[in-house]
Amino acid sequence: MSTTSLPTPTGQPTESRAAGRSGRAGDRLFSGATTISGIIVIGIVTLIGVFLIAQAIPALLRNNANFLTSREWSPGGDHPRFGILEFLWTTVTSSLIAMALAVPVGVGVALFITQYAPRWLRRPAANLVDLLAAVPSIVYGLWGLLTFRAVIRPFEQFLQQKFGWFPLFAPTPISGGTIFFIGIVLAIMILPIVTALSREVFDQTPAAHKEGALALGATHWEMIRTSVLPFGKPGVISASMLALGRALGETIAVTFLVSALAGGTPWTWSLFNGGETFASKIANNAAEFSNPNKTGAYIAAGLVLFVLTFVVNSIARVVIERRKAFSE
Amino acid sequence: MTMTAHDETRPGGTGSGARLGTTGGTGTSTTPTDPGRRDLIESMDRPHRGRAIKDHVARIVMWGSFVLAVVPLVWILWTVASNGFHMITTSLWWTGNQRNINTTDAGGGARHAIEGTLIQAGATAAIAVPIAILTAIYLVEYGRGRLARVISFMVDILSGVPSIVAALFIYAVWVTTFGIDRNGFAVSLSLVLLMIPTVTRSTEEMLKLVPNELREASYALGVPKWVTIVRVVLPTAFSGIVTGVLLGLARVMGETAPLLILGPYTKNFQRDLFNGNMPTLPTMINEDRSDFALSTAAERMWGAALTLIILVLLLNLAGRFIARRSAVAK
Repeated sequence: MSTTSLPTPTGQPTESRAAGRSGRAGDRLFSGATTISGIIVIGIVTLIGVFLIAQAIPALLRNNANFLTSREWSPGGDHPRFGILEFLWTTVTSSLIAMALAVPVGVGVALFITQYAPRWLRRPAANLVDLLAAVPSIVYGLWGLLTFRAVIRPFEQFLQQKFGWFPLFAPTPISGGTIFFIGIVLAIMILPIVTALSREVFDQTPAAHKEGALALGATHWEMIRTSVLPFGKPGVISASMLALGRALGETIAVTFLVSALAGGTPWTWSLFNGGETFASKIANNAAEFSNPNKTGAYIAAGLVLFVLTFVVNSIARVVIERRKAFSE
Repeated sequence: MTMTAHDETRPGGTGSGARLGTTGGTGTSTTPTDPGRRDLIESMDRPHRGRAIKDHVARIVMWGSFVLAVVPLVWILWTVASNGFHMITTSLWWTGNQRNINTTDAGGGARHAIEGTLIQAGATAAIAVPIAILTAIYLVEYGRGRLARVISFMVDILSGVPSIVAALFIYAVWVTTFGIDRNGFAVSLSLVLLMIPTVTRSTEEMLKLVPNELREASYALGVPKWVTIVRVVLPTAFSGIVTGVLLGLARVMGETAPLLILGPYTKNFQRDLFNGNMPTLPTMINEDRSDFALSTAAERMWGAALTLIILVLLLNLAGRFIARRSAVAK
């Protein structure tokens, strides 16, 4: 409620009262400057779209393979053949694994901080979780590569041995970073995003809802389930979408961890397969950008990633907007 | 929603409703192992017992998820600190560079990379902060109607743009279209795209917290709107805005993707933003990536990672410290 209410009723008096000519000219100048800054922001986002599309099109026109359904990636030469299917699969699957892990834990942490933790612990606990967001992503990459991989590997082998009959857990020869492993690391990275936003909405649950539930004899958990969670649901959804957007675009940690697949590797549904994501493919091949045709292919891949995150973030935005309208 | 809670108390009957409420209510402050409470649970009939158990399980799950979230944080910080500590305690680390040091050689300095990171972050802030603050002022103080909504939406979209896409965009403009070589300034430009939305959002929040009475009092004295904003609103929100800027800087300094695309590494000192490759801490880590099996390379990577974490955490702490002393506390 309090988040959007302030700006409206100000402003008018100065314009009606004679505030001096210099004041008015200054006003016009200043408001002009702020408007221009805002328009710059619009311009930037538009330009990102325009430039990426403009430079992707020539490469796409020269492409001899289907851009969306091919798994090949050889953008150089006279007959380039490239498609994004492998990146799309790896990116989306690892991000979904990250969501599946981070959303329940993140919501649990947010509930802990807002509803369970003793008062003295709330602030430090929140700061601690926020610290996870402050750790640079390259450090996650390093830690994942040198320390965490060795811990998760036996668990992966166990799943492959016991549940290998299930297509998603089918055994693979990959010993480096798998989709599954990248998902876990991404989950840790997006956890603070889920927690921060959920915490905010849970905190805003009207006391009357909570006290009402308790007065009716609900246990602490029943109170949460019947008043806090329903109230915070849109916030949680929107937090999850923002987190998903971040996971989809995460670059350097993933680049450290992925196991690139050799061309022509047979398709498998297994989560224990390797494969590059959009971001890691682009980052890993920055050296190839000297050739404009190749660059175009990578920019086309980047464009798909941009569209993907754009859609996900827009959904987050729409959900939170609806909630605002609802709670006011 | 509260109806559900009401319905669920029914199986116990109206008579036990009060007793139930006490169990649920006071139970929140006693520890699960409290013997008195356990007796109470056992004395209750079945449906109550199930509910009490559920309540317990939920409590344990919440504590558990918090612990689960803290484990990786402690683990990461400990790993980086214990592995990188040795490296950063040498004085050469803070004064020298990596010139003539191969992957198989131990040590070397990181000053070139620290300087590069700080210079790029400074240039980024110099461009991003004015735009971001003015945009926030527009959104809070002036913006109404469709334009404001579009700008606000675009800020959200920009905050969701992956860093690698921002880097590709700058590459498409800077290198492909204008044909300029990759350099430190191009990196800064792509970081600007990432910093604008963070600073805009935090500044917006801070401006909204400034009480309207302050603005109205100023208008009542006949002060023009822009002077009110510059002399009354901004100073009131100042510390909050600084916090936002510092947190934005912290995020930008740890960003690596744009560096891979736009800012190739060099082992030498390079303080010129507009000329040639510029070393940074993330690219210094990345430089040794393929040789992580070598202890010399790994040690250097941990050292650079620890240095980067220290820089970022210092900015974060500074930001939080200033936030706590803010004039417009929440």
